[in-house]
Amino acid sequence: MNLILVTFIILLAFTSYYFGRKKALVIQSSQRLTALPKFYGYYLAAWCAAPALIIFALWSVFEPSIVKTFILQDYTDQNLTKNELQLIYTKVKALAAGTYTGNITNFLDGSANKYIQLKGIANSAKVAIILAILILSLSFAYRSVQKNDRMREPVEIFLKWVLFVASLGAVLVTIGIVFSLLFEAIRFFQAVKIFDFIFGTHWYPAKTFVRDGQPDPELMKDAFGAVPLFAGTFFIAFIAMCVAIPIGLLSGIYLSEYAGRGVRKYAKPIIEILAGIPTVVYGFFAALTVGPFVKEIGNAMGLEVSAESALAAGAVMGVMIIPFISSLSDDVITAVPQNLRDGSYAMGATKSETVKKVIFPAALPGIVGSILLAVSRAVGETMIVVMASGLAANLTMNPLESTSTITAQIVVILIGDQQFGDPKTQSAFALGISLFIVTLFLNVIALSVVKKYREKYE
Amino acid sequence: MSKIKAENVNVYYGSKQALFDVSIDIAEKEVTALIGPSGCGKSTFLRCLNRMNDVIEICRVEGSIKMDNLELNSRKLDVVRLRENVGMVFQKPNPFPKTIYENVAYGPTIHGIAQSKEEMDQIVETSLKKAALWNEVKDRLDEIGTGLSGGQQQRLCIARAISVSPEVILMDEPCSALDPIATAQIEELIDDLKKEVTIVIVTHSMSQAARVSQKTGFFHLGKLIEFGPTDKIFKNPDNQQTQDYITGRFG
Repeated sequence: MNLILVTFIILLAFTSYYFGRKKALVIQSSQRLTALPKFYGYYLAAWCAAPALIIFALWSVFEPSIVKTFILQDYTDQNLTKNELQLIYTKVKALAAGTYTGNITNFLDGSANKYIQLKGIANSAKVAIILAILILSLSFAYRSVQKNDRMREPVEIFLKWVLFVASLGAVLVTIGIVFSLLFEAIRFFQAVKIFDFIFGTHWYPAKTFVRDGQPDPELMKDAFGAVPLFAGTFFIAFIAMCVAIPIGLLSGIYLSEYAGRGVRKYAKPIIEILAGIPTVVYGFFAALTVGPFVKEIGNAMGLEVSAESALAAGAVMGVMIIPFISSLSDDVITAVPQNLRDGSYAMGATKSETVKKVIFPAALPGIVGSILLAVSRAVGETMIVVMASGLAANLTMNPLESTSTITAQIVVILIGDQQFGDPKTQSAFALGISLFIVTLFLNVIALSVVKKYREKYE
Repeated sequence: MSKIKAENVNVYYGSKQALFDVSIDIAEKEVTALIGPSGCGKSTFLRCLNRMNDVIEICRVEGSIKMDNLELNSRKLDVVRLRENVGMVFQKPNPFPKTIYENVAYGPTIHGIAQSKEEMDQIVETSLKKAALWNEVKDRLDEIGTGLSGGQQQRLCIARAISVSPEVILMDEPCSALDPIATAQIEELIDDLKKEVTIVIVTHSMSQAARVSQKTGFFHLGKLIEFGPTDKIFKNPDNQQTQDYITGRFG
């Protein structure tokens, strides 16, 4: 039903576009047009589709809750809790749809009939109202087309609003996500002191699990210390950068300065393919190939190596980040003006001297920016760590031991069954928002550095 | 006294030929101007003299270019040593994004010319003085070179070029991005410099060629049409094309 209605509106809009354009050509024969004929078409189409679709959307949003209020009115005298009311409403809906299997009381049956009836009324009303609106708005628009009103401005204003609504949507979603993180994190911090979270050195949320009732506050104090996770996160990111920065940077320099056109043409896409490999593939590569390999080598040298080591996860993460750094630094190095290179070569500098003394310093801010962006990616990376570095949150600086990161712990906390009000579940939000703050901070610095660099050459 | 002797130089960009059998004798401690309409090959020829065409992958140079009997167009040539001897100033001022001091010290550093900090200071000072920039920048040598005005930047580039005491300086339209006052300063500078160095200048401005040069070569469509004393080229050229160009009938 809804689908038919929306399709109808859209088809009508298309038709009115052609109709409007044709009408413009007719007007053209007697008077000067205020805009190109297609604007007349856009004008009609916009007036046709926009009001009807807006009303349709509003209706779809509000209809269910209004119907629900009507149905549940009959139950107000029974003193039911919110959850029980919700359950009844679900039952009524299931009954109306014919999928209810419990025992049916008369009362419930009556509600279901009422539900079907209400839905029917609502549907007919919706169709009627939308048709009325279509007629109204189209006739209004058609009249101004006939009068040969100005067409360009309304169309441009309409497009501006369409774009505005799209960006508003994106911004609102972002704000919504941040606030939901924030509120859940605040609830978590009501159960666990923020001081214990930031400075505690033990992360063992499973400890707080109790079958019924509230966990012991003493236990809570010692279970949610995020220091091992922050340490693990930065430690693994550090290992990753130790791999990614030298290789990425040097290959970026090679590609931009040394490689001939032929090499560049093939090498650059190949490196960028690395960026297209799903992280989960890197994850099992780390867990099944690199991890055991590191362990074997370590054992051969007489070291004690855990099968899930920070080294393996960090190294593979580094490989994942290489194309990021190499591609970005290639871009900023290529952006260094050619006349600086010429100036240096003309002084008799060799290629490596030119790279070291002129090009690299000139590109440095951009390179720093790309490295910071890469760090924030490394900090946010999840899959590789979950698969390759283990889930035990050890506070360690030994790359051969297993350690865990913020992202990996969020995964651990949220897979499987959980209770929502549980501090263990809520701790995921606290971790999420701390991670968000860290990466936001890195991104802001990186972007401002990159921006500064751009200004220098424009 | 001939400093550079080019014989039958042909240059190709890929399959396109840019210079046809150019032969020219550039005299020592004189200013030689190369004029001609855009795309006539004068800059291409200039870039042969310090092998800057090496930077362009598809560029191929044939023929013989001798500087003091040293063959420049040879694979065995030490390009670094050549460019130490043949400096270049570009159309658009291109100081490095470093301090004024570092800009001038760049050449002496990479060629290991100065033995001590004092010696380097001395080189920087003399170069800036020769480039007539010293008085304007002596109190702010540690400021970024790109912060100077266009004319000052170009003189900084000249100071950079003469810091390694080259025997030849190539100038590729050095004043085309500058205002008339800055242009006059650079021209005066060229006049001073020619006492010590051989200068080859490519220019679009015929009046500039007439003002600063002793010899002038006229290029057209990749060929050297006429070459001779500046006076003669401007007053009494042998070739009709040169005559037409000088009098502004084309180009």
